[in-house]
Amino acid sequence: MPLEQTQPDMPEIKALDPPPEDSTSASPPVEDPSASRFMDGVPGWAAQGGIMLLSVLIGLGIWHMGSTQGWNIYLNFRNIPTPGEVFEATLENIADPEFYVHIRVSIWRVMSSFVLAVLVGVPTGLLMARNRIARAALIPYIEIMRPIPAVAWIPLAILMWPTEEASIIFITFLGAFFPIVLNTINGAEQTPEVLLRATRSLGASRYAEFRHVVFPAALPSISAGLAVGMGVAWFSLLAGEIISGQYGIGYFTWDAYSMVRTPDIVLGMLVIGGLGTASTYGIRLLTRPMLKWQKRTR
Amino acid sequence: MLDVVKFKKAADAAEENVGKGRIKISDVSVTFGKGATAHRAVETTSIDIQAGEFVCILGPSGCGKSTLLNAIAGYTPPTTGSVSVDDVEVTGPGPDRGMVFQQYSLLPWKTVYENVAFGPQMAGASRMEAGSVANTFLGLVGLKKFGNRYPAELSGGMQQRVGIARALANYPSVLLMDEPFGALDAQTRLMMQESLLDIWRKFGTTVVFITHDVDEAVFLADRVLIMSAAPGRIIEDVKINLSRPRSPDMATSAEYLEARQFCLETIRAESRKAFVEQNQ
Repeated sequence: MPLEQTQPDMPEIKALDPPPEDSTSASPPVEDPSASRFMDGVPGWAAQGGIMLLSVLIGLGIWHMGSTQGWNIYLNFRNIPTPGEVFEATLENIADPEFYVHIRVSIWRVMSSFVLAVLVGVPTGLLMARNRIARAALIPYIEIMRPIPAVAWIPLAILMWPTEEASIIFITFLGAFFPIVLNTINGAEQTPEVLLRATRSLGASRYAEFRHVVFPAALPSISAGLAVGMGVAWFSLLAGEIISGQYGIGYFTWDAYSMVRTPDIVLGMLVIGGLGTASTYGIRLLTRPMLKWQKRTR
Repeated sequence: MLDVVKFKKAADAAEENVGKGRIKISDVSVTFGKGATAHRAVETTSIDIQAGEFVCILGPSGCGKSTLLNAIAGYTPPTTGSVSVDDVEVTGPGPDRGMVFQQYSLLPWKTVYENVAFGPQMAGASRMEAGSVANTFLGLVGLKKFGNRYPAELSGGMQQRVGIARALANYPSVLLMDEPFGALDAQTRLMMQESLLDIWRKFGTTVVFITHDVDEAVFLADRVLIMSAAPGRIIEDVKINLSRPRSPDMATSAEYLEARQFCLETIRAESRKAFVEQNQ
């Protein structure tokens, strides 16, 4: 093997490994003589966590003061439950099986709508990015329908779909669909031409080009679209559940308002916030393995 | 099915290519755009390249040499004339003509190993067959140990070696190289040139190599085709009579210096002409 010895750029690979130890010992940690600053010596994550906790406690304190003392400075706190009341309502609801039905129904609606939006949105976006006819045919619909908020769809959705359930899922689907489609188009358009040429010269079919080049090139953008889409899906679901339906966390919140169970309103809102955050985080976790090449690139 | 058999016997596949890779460029011209904005990149050109020949196309930047190569690769259809390889007309890109680009053409989301195995897989080889072909060619360019890395973790020279391995993994009869070492530092470039000649000797593939570096062209080629300034056409066909295998110390031999001098003068005259034309 005459080529084995020709490895001119080996040192460059080494440069990618962690820097040699002498680079750290050459510049020892600077001893600041006036180093008695706030939180000095506390690890970064602990300091961050501490600030977060403190911030939440201050917020709860202001809320508590406002509602116990009935502040009414343009913003009216008089009918707002105290944090304690919300906590009590939470304990009550946790013991009530129906509360879980609401949560389960909402999760199911969001997940099925979201999966539909991914299954329709990603292929549509890829197709629109790479095919001029498909793009011209679909772009008017996308552009006109994209800015229409979920709430505005409710009357038509109720008229169009046979069941309430279907109309809620439709509205939620629309919410997730547009961010996914637009991000997919955007990502797929950025496919480097040279990569397409290279794969064509390797004998790739049109399908293989999509699967091995266009789709992976779009993935970082798609995964961003999925995270945004998940957030908007919750947003739209709530709109749907408030207007129609007998179950779901949006219905629970709105029902609490109609029945003047104010602590339940706040509880419902908090649950929505928590579920939205958790599912967005879940999406990030799911897409991360597919993007590991990107991490190792940086 | 035939392809699967082909990949089982790699050595046979290489042998099958002996005597293949004859390129015929007949009255090819390439014009971009239409009407008033039309821009002629390549002036009517005819070239015959023998099977197994190493040909460098040398020209000032912007002269259309890459466009000519793209016509052979099948990316750019010629406006007039035709290109054929072994009497089959080129109608689009294909695995019989391996392509090596200047840089950044490996799929960043595939490992080095997967990049090289990609071509054989597209040709219908099973995962295992494609893998063994990939290992063979990574070994050939001295990068077997780096199979599990992603391209971005490799230096520019290493990435280009993977690029060459990837193009060869399809056992092409023609290897098309578009300034493949242009972005590398001088030292690495020299090493790469020698490696390329070694590989070429093993496979006997026809090589069409684009460069604007006179020394590179003379060191590598059997024939140097010099292109004029835009619109490009072949103005000189210089036979390089240096013996094979070539070594860097030939750079002081009389034949080398003579060929180099001739190419330099031709290029210089051509660049000057272009400069004058642009300033008229």
